[in-house]
Amino acid sequence: MRNLSGGQSNSSIAVSLARPKSLFWTNLGRNWYKFSRNPLSIIGLVIVLVIIISAVFAPWIAPYPEQAGPFVDFENAGQPPSLQHLCGTDNMGRDIFSRIIFAFRGALIMAIVVLALAVPPGVLLGLIAGYFQGGWIDTVIMRITDIFLAVPPLILALAVASVLEPNLMNAMIAVTVMWWPWYTRLLYGTASSIKNEYFVIAAELTGAGKFHIIFREILPNCLSPIFTKIALDVGWVILIGASLSFVGLGQQPPTPALGQMVSDGARYMPIFWWMTIFPALAIVLILLGFNLMGDGIRDMLERGMG
Amino acid sequence: MTQPGNNEILKAVNLKKYFRIGKNKKGPIFVRAVDGVNFSIKYGETLGLVGESGSGKSTIAYTVVGMYHPTSGQILFKDQNIGMEAVRRSLSLKKEIQIVFQDPSSSLNPEQTVEQILSLPLRIHTRTSKRQFREKMVELLEKVELPSDYLYKLPPSIGGGEKQMVAIARALASNPSLIVLDEPTSALDVSIQAKVINKLMNLQKELNLTYLFITHDLSLERNVASRIAIMYLGKICEVADAATFFEKPLHPYTQMLISSVPVITEEEEKLKPKKIVSIGEIGSPVNPPSGCSFHPRCPYRMPICSEVDPEMIEVSPGHIVRCHLFSMPEKTGSKEV
Amino acid sequence: METKENILLNIKNLHVWYRVYGGYLKVLNGVNLIVRKGERVGLVGEAGCGKTTTMKSILQILPPGDFLIPKGEIYYKGKDILKMSFSEIQRLRSKEIAMIFQDPTTALNPVFTIGTQIGDVIKYSIALEEKKVHKEKLKILSARALKEAYLPDPERMLVNYPFQLSGGMRQRTCIAMAISSSRNLLIADEPGTSLDVTIQDQILHLLKEIVEKMGASIILITHSLGVAREMTDRIYVMYAGTIVETALTKDLFQNPVHPYTKGLLASVPKLSGGGIARGIPGRIPDYLNPPQGCRFQSRCEHATSSCAENPPQFVEVEKGHLVACYLAQR
Repeated sequence: MRNLSGGQSNSSIAVSLARPKSLFWTNLGRNWYKFSRNPLSIIGLVIVLVIIISAVFAPWIAPYPEQAGPFVDFENAGQPPSLQHLCGTDNMGRDIFSRIIFAFRGALIMAIVVLALAVPPGVLLGLIAGYFQGGWIDTVIMRITDIFLAVPPLILALAVASVLEPNLMNAMIAVTVMWWPWYTRLLYGTASSIKNEYFVIAAELTGAGKFHIIFREILPNCLSPIFTKIALDVGWVILIGASLSFVGLGQQPPTPALGQMVSDGARYMPIFWWMTIFPALAIVLILLGFNLMGDGIRDMLERGMG
Repeated sequence: MTQPGNNEILKAVNLKKYFRIGKNKKGPIFVRAVDGVNFSIKYGETLGLVGESGSGKSTIAYTVVGMYHPTSGQILFKDQNIGMEAVRRSLSLKKEIQIVFQDPSSSLNPEQTVEQILSLPLRIHTRTSKRQFREKMVELLEKVELPSDYLYKLPPSIGGGEKQMVAIARALASNPSLIVLDEPTSALDVSIQAKVINKLMNLQKELNLTYLFITHDLSLERNVASRIAIMYLGKICEVADAATFFEKPLHPYTQMLISSVPVITEEEEKLKPKKIVSIGEIGSPVNPPSGCSFHPRCPYRMPICSEVDPEMIEVSPGHIVRCHLFSMPEKTGSKEV
Repeated sequence: METKENILLNIKNLHVWYRVYGGYLKVLNGVNLIVRKGERVGLVGEAGCGKTTTMKSILQILPPGDFLIPKGEIYYKGKDILKMSFSEIQRLRSKEIAMIFQDPTTALNPVFTIGTQIGDVIKYSIALEEKKVHKEKLKILSARALKEAYLPDPERMLVNYPFQLSGGMRQRTCIAMAISSSRNLLIADEPGTSLDVTIQDQILHLLKEIVEKMGASIILITHSLGVAREMTDRIYVMYAGTIVETALTKDLFQNPVHPYTKGLLASVPKLSGGGIARGIPGRIPDYLNPPQGCRFQSRCEHATSSCAENPPQFVEVEKGHLVACYLAQR
């Protein structure tokens, strides 16, 4: 399959070496195959897509979008689930189903923002600590990480959130603060084992600088565990967010938040069970969807046989 | 590149490399991976290093290339002391000495394209402009007979032999004078090994390279090396040129090793020394036996062998042995093959 | 021809496909292999030729759900393994056929002692006959099995863990486990390849002695022609999922016929020197879309148009020497 003979000019070399499209898309079929081996992953993907689409198009999908804001209708309060109100109405007469759909928005925004803020510094610190394993950099970074990890996550988030004014932004900050160490720990383990691989040694021996080693040799090999963890974390961030709004921190009423809805409805149990159960089930659904999808992503990204 | 007066490109003098693995009541415990080794390689030749596990051959390779620094002793490259780790070496030294590892699946970054893999040494060691980069890489691939579209492939999608060719191309990228090859074909099938070895031999002639070729496969070494050194538990037992090494092996370990090689022709069978069944296990480099480290397994051992470590004796020009059978003048000639 | 009673294992026209993205990897394309009682058979081939798949098919340990056997039978003592019930296969694995895996380090469970592991093997094989065995008796039987493999100090060895043993001793343990109940067929997958040459030598000679003593047959899978030459009576050369040539060992080395066999023999470096041949050009076919006829044609300098139409059938070039090549027919 030799295709270059002597005497070819530079321009024809440029033409014959056109770079192929990004490998992810070329391998889309193969990636989908790996993802879909387990039917549960597909179920997870469907759930996630449903949640995202309903969150994005909430004003058009929710049957009573206006009831997800300031609204009262005490005549209709406490209605059990029916065809008009799929999940019943709450103590203010608002349609719970619509409120759940709008609550998805806050949940997803929280997940996106928290992960966008927590992952880069966490990864960076873990990479650096892992590469300089054994030195003072490792000790400083990892002991600080250990301190953050030693505090029970929810307590840490509550502590931060209660010091600040209760709103969505501050809840996100609180969760971010407790989330980054998990990525540091993940990368620390991954990077410190990869740095002993022969391809890293080969690069060092030939004179590559530390920046190149960390970001061009080690980091690309850490991407699968990072993306798998991100996919799984979305569900868990939302859960922590719901825990915060359960105690009144985070999204403030009248904007709906799942934890807040669970908490509001709790005092009406067990007679008006739908006020708590449906928001709780929504949380379960989110977690289930992202976990199942995350398993599929892990299967997809795993390096199998070449 | 000026050649110094002597024509040795690499020389090791009483090289030792110990690894500390802990301590007990008597003091620190060391793995004596390389325990006092002397050898030299001439320009353009291939020195073969053979031995089993624990012999220290890979440790020597890694020390030459800068993964380890010697515990004591010297290594000289073109008369320059290189007994230090690669981070402390000059860029020109890193350019001159390259290594090809055994398993290309782990010596090539599975997340980098061949283009990225080759661009690293080109970027560091040569003055190629961005525009000429691609041309240079295609040239390197041509040298190892790989088509240019391999530039965009990832290692996991390439076969074993071709991956090793990429590793060789990477080693050639900096225009080195010495290449250390650590079991370069042990992970490959025999028909692919033939292809890779042929390519290596041609490249050596074409580019005036010197090789330090390490393998446990004696038949392979016979056809690749000009001189062969055999190691056991960190010390060299015998050095000879390739033909003499196999036709007149003197050291009992050499004879034992050659006699256990599985061969495929009658002609080779006749060449093998009388079968010496190896007794027992290979010794441990943490606690090597006293005296000559091979004595517990040696069918010819004498009382002195457990007490005194023999000296290296030049039995005939270029043929050196470390064995009491040959270090006593009156015994020479009595225990030959 | 020979008596049917003499034949222990008869793999007939075995096809095995693996399910992957894009279709099926048609790995085995009609494997024919016979092992007679007391015979030492070598299966020689390079990486990817399907030798491990063949062996896994015999013991039915292919990855479940991901494979398909569209054609072929594997007869053991006259019964087709592919049609056996689960309990019959269990009996086969426990009392008839044993496999010794390539890497003794991963073949042994690192968290159990040697005694536990070999005891389990013996206990299970006795349990199949509805008998129970006393703990003390089990220890005696285990120590005896280790002794057969020349492991030093067998009683003390029983309480050791695999990490405390050297590579050679681990391989011997695996061999001891394999022969611990009477076996008729041993399958050794690249024995000693991961060990040093002198230790591999010891292991191979141990296998030779054991097989002679037990009167068992052995299939030795190897990529080393030298090992096959020393250790076998008959060799099957495999390429890309088919057997391309088979002959008595001495006949194969004296008179190789198939171009692949010849290429392979030429590529082996010789102890007598003389350089190494150029190897075999090309690479193994894509199992996803394998060629119609002979799978070696793309690499064969003697290929003709007939090679592309149908896979060649066996031709007997001398007694007991079969070659699957159109060249042999001329």
